[in-house]
Amino acid sequence: MTLEELMNAPAPASAWVLAQDCQETGLNPEDIRAEMARRIGEMRASIERGLKSDAKSITGMVGWNAKGLWDAPDVLNAPLLRRVQAYAMAVNEENARMGRIVAAPTAGSAGTIPGALIGVADHLGIPDERLVDPLILAAGVGKAISKRMFISGAAGGCQAEIGSSAAMAAAAVTELLGGTPRACVHAASLALMNTIGLVCDPVGGYVEVPCVSRNAFYAVHAISAAQLALAQLESFIPPDEVLGAMASVGRMMPPELRETAEGGLAQTPTGLAVTARMEGKGDGELPGGMVELPMA
Amino acid sequence: MSLLDMIGPVMIGPSSSHTAGACRLGLVAHHLLGEAPRRAVIGLHASFAKTGRGHGTHLALVAGLLGFSPDDPRLPHAFEEAQAAGLSVEFKDVDLGDVHPNTAHIDLHGDTQHVTVQGSSTGGGVIQVTQVQGLGVNFSGASPTVLLRYTDAVGMIARIATTIAADGVNIAALTCTRENRGGQALLAIELDAPLSEQALAFFNHWPDTNWVRLLPKLMDG
Repeated sequence: MTLEELMNAPAPASAWVLAQDCQETGLNPEDIRAEMARRIGEMRASIERGLKSDAKSITGMVGWNAKGLWDAPDVLNAPLLRRVQAYAMAVNEENARMGRIVAAPTAGSAGTIPGALIGVADHLGIPDERLVDPLILAAGVGKAISKRMFISGAAGGCQAEIGSSAAMAAAAVTELLGGTPRACVHAASLALMNTIGLVCDPVGGYVEVPCVSRNAFYAVHAISAAQLALAQLESFIPPDEVLGAMASVGRMMPPELRETAEGGLAQTPTGLAVTARMEGKGDGELPGGMVELPMA
Repeated sequence: MSLLDMIGPVMIGPSSSHTAGACRLGLVAHHLLGEAPRRAVIGLHASFAKTGRGHGTHLALVAGLLGFSPDDPRLPHAFEEAQAAGLSVEFKDVDLGDVHPNTAHIDLHGDTQHVTVQGSSTGGGVIQVTQVQGLGVNFSGASPTVLLRYTDAVGMIARIATTIAADGVNIAALTCTRENRGGQALLAIELDAPLSEQALAFFNHWPDTNWVRLLPKLMDG
């Protein structure tokens, strides 16, 4: 399945994706829909836990951001923005503290889709039943991306990981708001175009900094893409060509910028201190109020 | 990759490759042992050794050995669960050579059985098992997989394939390696559906097969 094929499929795009997948895997469409409905419930549960907790993650680098934002005054008077960001971070902080989440497509990018999709739905008062089909479309877009390029930060940089989740979320939000298959795919493409070259530089190698806040940013990014596409704006570069460009950039990216903690933020003095501490080589005070590891 | 693998797995964080994938590697060893695990020695290579602890990789591997799936809420307490279940685990850093950075070597003993499994977690919770009982294999656990160890002889693969066909099951992929001509051979067959108990019992009765296991499908899609 290519993005071009998806773009030209009959509406709604999600129905076409589901039919294609069932043909390929032999799975029953109603079973997939039921399982996707359960996964929306899991996403929502992780959002709810994440908004309430300020417990630290395993390394102590994150854990209080979602609750902090959710409880803070809405200074911009932009409730959608705050909701989407807080939801996204809630999921990734749950992830960082070994809570239960839905990888979408990966654990490091797990907050983007729930942040964008459930955030928009809650803002507009749309019930969860209507999120099943958009989530299926998100999965279909992810599948199309994974056929052409990588979806892990280690393979292709953060463009591959959070870029993919943002593209998936953009398509889902576009379908939720009545977009055509063409608009959905262009939303995905617009979101991808704006992540090309994004490096994966997790501090200490852990899915915490900058991953948690990055999910908040890219959930908003996905909604921006949906808004542009719903207003009939399109990606000038055809969507499959954008995928090709990302795959090519991913291959050119040095390993240091692909989840190895050997470049970018991970190599700052603070990043190096975290790495040393987690490898048991550091001594003295931990940066940022880090906690002791729970195991020897 | 199916739709349920793209939005999924439902898992305990924080890393699909370091946590969910590690759990699935443990699950492979759990199912291949075929009895309660008692003692494990786990070798962690490269990134698993370097950043595994903060990713819960050690916990996830032990959870898998106990038969817990990647979304099991007991996963963060896997060490206590192991102690309660009478499983002792030793970790060591190892250099497994030119393999994927997220690779583990698991040496697992039960009361009567013993299995070794080596595999890599390749991203998004996907795994690739590369060695079982010291012999090379190549399967992902995305579909039910039957493993057979037998003494290398003419026609064994044909007999095995015929039995699987008679069971009404389609073969998706197959790898076979052997120590040397006439030595121990290992066949790993990925299937479209699980084999029946009868087919497995039939394999077990052959005098030239000395080890048969059915690994259930570990992925969602």
